[in-house]
Amino acid sequence: MKIGVVVFPGSNCDRDCGQAISKVTGAQILYLWHKNFDLEGCDVIVLPGGFSYGDYLRCGAIASHSPIMQEVKAAANRGMPVLGICNGFQILTESGLLPGVLMRNRSLNFICETVSLKLENAKTPFTRKGKVGAVSRMPIAHMEGNYFADAETFKTLEGEGQVVFRYCDEKGQVTEASNPNGAMGNMAGICNKAGNVLGLMPHPERVCEELLGGTDGAVLFRSLLG
Amino acid sequence: MGLMELFCSVHYWDNFMSLSQAVIDQHGLSADEYKKVLEILGREPNLVELGIFSVMWSEHCSYKSSRLHLKGFPTTGPQVIQGPGENAGVIDIGDGDAIAFKMESHNHPSYIEPYQGAATGVGGILRDVFTMGARPIANLNSLHFGEINHPKTPQLVRGVVAGIAGYGNCMGIPTVGGEVCFDACYNGNILVNAMTVGWVHKDRIFKGYASGLGNPVIYVGSKTGRDGIHGATMASDAFDDESEKKRPTVQVGDPFVEKLLLEACLEIMQGDAVVGIQDMGAAGLTSSSFEMASRAGTGIRINLDQVPQRETNMTAYEMLLSESQERMLMVVTKGREAEIKAVFDKWDLDCSVIGEVTDTKRMVIEFKGAVVADLPIDPLALAAPIYDRPRKRPAYLDKVTLMPEISEPADYTKTVLHVLASPTIASKRWVYRQFDHMVMTGSVQLPGGDAALVRVNQTNKAVAMTVNCNSRYVYLDPRRGSQIAIAESGRNIVCSGAVPLATTDCLNFGNPENPEIMWQFVESCQGLTEACLALDTPVVSGNVSLYNETSGESIYPTPGIGMVGLLKDIKQRIDIAFKDDGDVIVLLGQTKDELGGSEYVKQMLGKICGPCPDLDLAAEKKLWTLLLQLRDAGFIKSAHDLSDGGLAVSLMESAFAGDTGFKVEWQSELRADHFIFSESQSRILVTLAKKSIPEALPSLKVAGVPFSVIGYVKKDVAVATHNGKVLFEASLADFKTAWEQGFEKGVFAN
Repeated sequence: MKIGVVVFPGSNCDRDCGQAISKVTGAQILYLWHKNFDLEGCDVIVLPGGFSYGDYLRCGAIASHSPIMQEVKAAANRGMPVLGICNGFQILTESGLLPGVLMRNRSLNFICETVSLKLENAKTPFTRKGKVGAVSRMPIAHMEGNYFADAETFKTLEGEGQVVFRYCDEKGQVTEASNPNGAMGNMAGICNKAGNVLGLMPHPERVCEELLGGTDGAVLFRSLLG
Repeated sequence: MGLMELFCSVHYWDNFMSLSQAVIDQHGLSADEYKKVLEILGREPNLVELGIFSVMWSEHCSYKSSRLHLKGFPTTGPQVIQGPGENAGVIDIGDGDAIAFKMESHNHPSYIEPYQGAATGVGGILRDVFTMGARPIANLNSLHFGEINHPKTPQLVRGVVAGIAGYGNCMGIPTVGGEVCFDACYNGNILVNAMTVGWVHKDRIFKGYASGLGNPVIYVGSKTGRDGIHGATMASDAFDDESEKKRPTVQVGDPFVEKLLLEACLEIMQGDAVVGIQDMGAAGLTSSSFEMASRAGTGIRINLDQVPQRETNMTAYEMLLSESQERMLMVVTKGREAEIKAVFDKWDLDCSVIGEVTDTKRMVIEFKGAVVADLPIDPLALAAPIYDRPRKRPAYLDKVTLMPEISEPADYTKTVLHVLASPTIASKRWVYRQFDHMVMTGSVQLPGGDAALVRVNQTNKAVAMTVNCNSRYVYLDPRRGSQIAIAESGRNIVCSGAVPLATTDCLNFGNPENPEIMWQFVESCQGLTEACLALDTPVVSGNVSLYNETSGESIYPTPGIGMVGLLKDIKQRIDIAFKDDGDVIVLLGQTKDELGGSEYVKQMLGKICGPCPDLDLAAEKKLWTLLLQLRDAGFIKSAHDLSDGGLAVSLMESAFAGDTGFKVEWQSELRADHFIFSESQSRILVTLAKKSIPEALPSLKVAGVPFSVIGYVKKDVAVATHNGKVLFEASLADFKTAWEQGFEKGVFAN
């Protein structure tokens, strides 16, 4: 299996993702340059976190128009698994692969801390080795993670099982107090209708070994293995 | 007329007019210094040249008041690869790995414009490190703000923290540690000191040399604008009520461009085309080109028409003195220009050949077909004036070192709660939550511990790092207080399980022309020298920031210390958290009646007074050795340095970190409050598993370090008994809430 990690100018979790995914899956990692029109035969695409194009205009807005995204969009529409983490999630919403937007955190501050997440959809290619209802711990690190969608979209997301992760407390209760950034319905990660495109604010690549405080993120990458 | 209006009104073709006395004065050169300029040139300088002398001989760039006293620092050792004099110091951590690090101040800009001032401080220190060919792996910062009830403090805290976050987060470099303190002496002059630590292969270190006759000099990075002109001169001046008008001299940062610059530079450094490289920091193009030529003993010819410009009609004066951010100067092997250009094109950055290396030992600057400056290199770069300024023991010392009587607290629970809630002591979560401290997946010990631990390149090694300066001690006794800053930094590193290796310093002081300040400075340097020698932590890089005073009121002398250590086997790491019920709590070191400069006295009396705590460097070293022995034997379950707030605070912090509690008691001749809040040095609180006690006690007894077994870890409670009398007995949660909320409540409640 070949996994492509896209490198935009300003991406800064590209190496973290490549290293973690390689360790967990043993797959070949290709770093795909944003100016290219070629996915180089990759089977899975990861859009890493960071500040693509300095987050100028809107987070992810400029990146969504970069050459490589034209290919990513086409591949996603053909069903290729695409994972957007943090800034990658923002790029997915800006490019229309996922609905809604990520607004500035309710506190208006950048937030870096480990939060609890509840898995609600174990059918995506990235979560199929997880258990619905399982609570995991992963770090977030963002200024704009406050997910918002119009009422109709919100209803669809809830109704069609497109909510993949929700912020919760340590016992798995989805509460207002456990919502770090104000995201609608405590949504931390959502997928498209087909389930092959997943965007999430937490950073699974940062918790793939005990030394760094846990291995709860590994399930997203392990799920890619047969 | 201010300096800004003055130079904006002068066109470059006026350069050869004779300069008026007013113009010379505006450039901050003394009569003697100007005389020296005339001697060096054998003629009058033109305005451009005067501007160059002005920044090159500014305190900030030339270290003219401090240089003499920095000479005594120990700067060598088997661990040192590069000592002071380069963009950053470099130490050897074995296996071909080396660590480049440095700390730098950005005090004046951060006070005037907190967000951009702090942000560009981070940007500048990052460039100093990646200029060496090192990939930055961590940032730290030391922040000293004014009193919490001062009207400017909340917005300064917000702005500075957001600025550091804005820059470091975007760069994708984790901000892993730091300190935040509040004292009234910083009301009009905060301190923002930023430190960067980077990894580099020992054989791939780059330096700032303009070598090789005919080699092209290449400008890379952001375009040059009119921002930050005379920033270095501003940083060399005291503040007054008019200082806010200096806002235009503060630079504006663009971390996105810096991220591109970092990646492009490191990509180019993989090859062998680069001969020398230097960041354009303070005094911009001027100081970088002069320093590179001076180090190599060469000359440089520059054509300013080739400098990428952000604004139109810029003058030579402006281009040479601009401190626009995110720029680098490179000298590359002739004929390799195209491959350099290709990499910068890939990263969409400007890259322009602006000159070449000559053998004239002169800097010749051309603009629009004319020579606008022609100056000898070494007399400017090396022959800056050096002053042995007069010094006098400050009069305040006799008064402040007296310790008034404090009445014993009636309710110890209340007093401990009060101290825990003080923003200097309280949890800094509000601050570090805004810093991405986990990016790069190397942060093994997150903020909140004694020292940060960052794994080196996916290996089993980690680098420990800390920044530290309790300036209250330095105020009370500049020499001993400075020694304590080194000792405490090293102790923090030892408490993480690592061995301290080397130091970077950021010496923040008041106006050196005041003999009392100069006395503080010299005493402090001597204290640092003694401690670094005794503890084998040579100084490999540093920065001096003088004139930290506003309207005649000086800050406490604040020699900020950054220290780096090595943990060879990451499995041997230690943290501060209490672990299991029944673990035995042992206090290493001796607790003396030392409340001078303590947080407790500040909380009780509202002032900093009393004698500075004692420090025996040999005892400190013994303590480190003992702790590392206990580590090797596998006995240590937690270790936490005792510092501000004393035993009471360290006990609580270890319990909070472990989400557990404790039951402790002791016998002492000291009054209970003197005992629990004493800030005696060379003390560490450790826990050991109960079953390892029979084995551990004998080695403790022969180590020559006083120790006492004071209790054990006990879930959820906090119980302390002094000479048989219970001081407090409460649920740990109450204390924790006060400590968790103290910072925000204290700083932002008003």
